[in-house]
Amino acid sequence: MAQKLRLHGIPMSSCAARSMICLHEKGVEFELVLVDFFVAVEHKQPPFLSKNPFGQIPVLEDGNLTLFESRAINEYVSNKFKDQGTDLIRHDSLEESALVKVWAEVESHQFHPAIYPIFYQHLLAPLYGKSSNQAIIDEHLEKLRMVLDVYEDRLGQTKYLAGDFYSLADLHHMPMMFYFMKTPWGHVVNERPRVKAWWEDISSRDAFKKVAGGMTIGDK
Amino acid sequence: MAVMKLYGSPLSSAVWRVLASLYEKGLDFEFIPVDMKSGEHKKEPYLSLNPFGQVPAFVDGDLKLFESRAITQYISHEYADKGTPLVVPGKPMAIVSVWMEVEAHQYDPLAGKLAWELGYKPHFGMQPDHAVVEENEGKLGKVLDVYEARLSQSKYIGGDTFTLADLHHLPTLSFLMDTPAKKLIESRPKVSAWVADITSRPAWCKVVEFRKQH
Repeated sequence: MAQKLRLHGIPMSSCAARSMICLHEKGVEFELVLVDFFVAVEHKQPPFLSKNPFGQIPVLEDGNLTLFESRAINEYVSNKFKDQGTDLIRHDSLEESALVKVWAEVESHQFHPAIYPIFYQHLLAPLYGKSSNQAIIDEHLEKLRMVLDVYEDRLGQTKYLAGDFYSLADLHHMPMMFYFMKTPWGHVVNERPRVKAWWEDISSRDAFKKVAGGMTIGDK
Repeated sequence: MAVMKLYGSPLSSAVWRVLASLYEKGLDFEFIPVDMKSGEHKKEPYLSLNPFGQVPAFVDGDLKLFESRAITQYISHEYADKGTPLVVPGKPMAIVSVWMEVEAHQYDPLAGKLAWELGYKPHFGMQPDHAVVEENEGKLGKVLDVYEARLSQSKYIGGDTFTLADLHHLPTLSFLMDTPAKKLIESRPKVSAWVADITSRPAWCKVVEFRKQH
């Protein structure tokens, strides 16, 4: 008898959202176990640290298996439930699954380091009572432009990043893209017509819409 | 059947990451040097192999790949029955996957900055930025505290056997062991023993030999 999966996190967390979008795409029932993030700082203390020694959300519990790092959680969910919901990892095709890995690594190592500091400086720093550093934002906007130029080119060859199919590679971008479009610099995306079309397409997916409503950082 | 091709520079730690997986699996491949000094990696035809203008790039038949950790994963799955198993079957692979992400997101951003400041910069005749070194050594120390606890429960970082989760660390680890930052490793007994173990693997020694010969 299968127990429900439990995801520890909060709805506004970009990393928890990354995993919730995946769970919805796969049609997997789960319980969101709320973490007392801002007041008790529950994630930085025992017993939470025994689930994720890095003191971060999300954490996934599936029976006696405990996982952390949203992208590893997504890899696990996409594999375990490969026969239901959206095929996020293209497990039947060696070539397609290899390309999903390539563009998932691109998200991790090219896109995320360029965009995260912009999100942090503009949207998170104020939440923590700190002032935002425009020099860091400017530096990373430059890097992000270069990355998105490659995407603009790529999306002229394929409908989605790994191929003509939506995959985990696209999904992993979504939380940061969503929050970035709330900043004053969304024009960086909109100036690139294929990237803009790609974002409009993937952000209209039902699984994403289920999660986006809770992503309230930056809302007044 | 065409031999696999690995494109890159012998100086690149990302290239070493792929080399380690090829040697662990005992696979034949052709190494094609890319002249980074002259900017070959930022122009065509190289850009059609890696549109980010970085090394390595990898070709296996019709398949063109880039990003070292995507290449190592491809090699590990496609050639699962050859040489050292670098991925494992079933649920244990989920744990390996967690620690692969830890390497990518907790460890590498810090270790990579230190490798740049303390390893690459002196090689190019530049001065390290001591503020950056101190900040990243502090942060990396905290990450390695988590590793110390992990390696008290698990023989290797991803589980009981050597896997990609360990292998992905090798390039920057071995870099750091040649710099003053090695104190971060030497002061943690489990981490120190793990580093000594994985850097003495014959496949890694072949990578070190390859660097020396090029």
